[in-house]
Amino acid sequence: MADLRVNIAGLELANPVLTASGTFGYGIEYADFIDLSRLGGIIVKGTTLHPREGNPYPRMAETAQGMLNCVGLQNKGVDYFCTHIYPQIKDVRTNMIVNVSGNSPEDYAECAARINELECIPAIELNISCPNVKHGGMAFGTTTDGAASVVKAVREAYGKTLIVKLSPNVTSITDIALAVQDAGADAVSLINTLMGMAIDVEKRKRILSIGTGGLSGPCIKPVALRMVYQVAHAVQIPVVGLGGISNAKDAVEFLLAGASAIEIGTANFLDPTISVKVAEGIGEYLDKHGFASVKEIVGLCE
Amino acid sequence: MMKYVLDLRVTRVERLGERHLLLVATNPMGALPDMCPGQFAQLRIDDSKETFLRRPISIHNLDREKNEVSFLVQMVGEGTSSLRKKQPGSVLNAVLPLGRGFTMPTSAAEQFLLVGGGIGIAPLLFMGREMLRMGVRPAFLLGARSASDLLLLDAYRACGDVYVTTEDGSEGERGFVTQHSVLQQKRFDRIAVCGPKPMMMAMASYARREGVPCEVSLENMMACGLGACLCCVEDTVDGNVCVCKEGPVFGIKKLKW
Repeated sequence: MADLRVNIAGLELANPVLTASGTFGYGIEYADFIDLSRLGGIIVKGTTLHPREGNPYPRMAETAQGMLNCVGLQNKGVDYFCTHIYPQIKDVRTNMIVNVSGNSPEDYAECAARINELECIPAIELNISCPNVKHGGMAFGTTTDGAASVVKAVREAYGKTLIVKLSPNVTSITDIALAVQDAGADAVSLINTLMGMAIDVEKRKRILSIGTGGLSGPCIKPVALRMVYQVAHAVQIPVVGLGGISNAKDAVEFLLAGASAIEIGTANFLDPTISVKVAEGIGEYLDKHGFASVKEIVGLCE
Repeated sequence: MMKYVLDLRVTRVERLGERHLLLVATNPMGALPDMCPGQFAQLRIDDSKETFLRRPISIHNLDREKNEVSFLVQMVGEGTSSLRKKQPGSVLNAVLPLGRGFTMPTSAAEQFLLVGGGIGIAPLLFMGREMLRMGVRPAFLLGARSASDLLLLDAYRACGDVYVTTEDGSEGERGFVTQHSVLQQKRFDRIAVCGPKPMMMAMASYARREGVPCEVSLENMMACGLGACLCCVEDTVDGNVCVCKEGPVFGIKKLKW
């Protein structure tokens, strides 16, 4: 059996499969279906310094091979997370990673500083790419200066593994990746959702409450794969790949493109056990092709 | 309640008129998990090109002796319509049981009125049968557009008194469920409602006026069905909450309408 362990800037993962923020709750929502310790890690719901109600309903529209959402970072804030949710998840035997978002570099940094205090959270994923909030989110992630300013502020406040999640809604994702690398990111994850829209022809109205939303699911996979390949060839830090991964073959494609680990997102909605199946499937692929370790195939595709 | 992903095996598919299906399935791997009236399953849609997600369908009945669960499905779009291709022996992949169901009686003396409109009658049969098992005989108030849209009435009649309204007057009293004379003639201790939102809102205002505890079952569009994605939220007195996890059944005091 091939060695599935990977290392993301010092963070040891039992296998390269993480679950993507916003699709897996706090992990406990899926505990009836899978043994959470069989995952490389769980990236929990986006957390902000202050509570957020998110956007009004409707927040979701189905598309061919995907879905749009405009949840808008609904969460009860970092204090609630520390006092109510952390005690419930701290003993889960996998890497529990918190996705952090904010309205200003100071917000991001303060939120990250609070999470830095939590012993059982070894890493954060910095969300500078949420397309569904007016201030912050993607606003920081679409310029090199904006992205660097948030990462610098957080880097000063946060001592553990810092993964920065990038937006695909940019002209050059490699420029943003290089900027966050220079600002002190330990790794980058990509891609967040692509901005999209859906219209109800009977009502002649846009379906989502704020008009637009983030597209996810298998339909975005080729875009994500291309971006992961480009970024992996441009940066020195590890890349975590995501975007429409639905099975082990998809995951292997991202590893070959240069991702050191991958995230499963929307596919969790179709099959709540898919994350564990993907981890197993990667192992089977490696065994079948005679690779001793998953690290051997990272970036193998020229 | 523990949730499962199961490859159920279809035992019966019955077409009911133009737009409805009764799907009955068993668990070939063992006993079906226990479920509560008002809970739902996320059914995987296998033969649809236009749709992507599972479809949340309420538990229409659970027959523990036969180890069968049934779903009453209205074929609305391509997803639900594709379920008509299921045949005895087909796999029906289901995530269940999900959500919180209706409050059940605590004593045999409690008078329950179960109000269903259109496909909203689906979870009420399971509720009626569970109540009967507890020795409580409920009353049903069922509404439809026309007599031909009234489904499986005999099954409901086997559990309790059935009052009917149709919009065209082709069966029962003419009009909407909220206009039925039984609401003036009888006093109920508790009301459970499932149906179109305007109907549930009208029943909620009746219940408020009469001071009767009332629960309604919402059907906001869902993605995960597990409380993970936060897509199906309802704006309640406690803020935005997931209909799939905190509901689909809510006491009307929780709702802002």
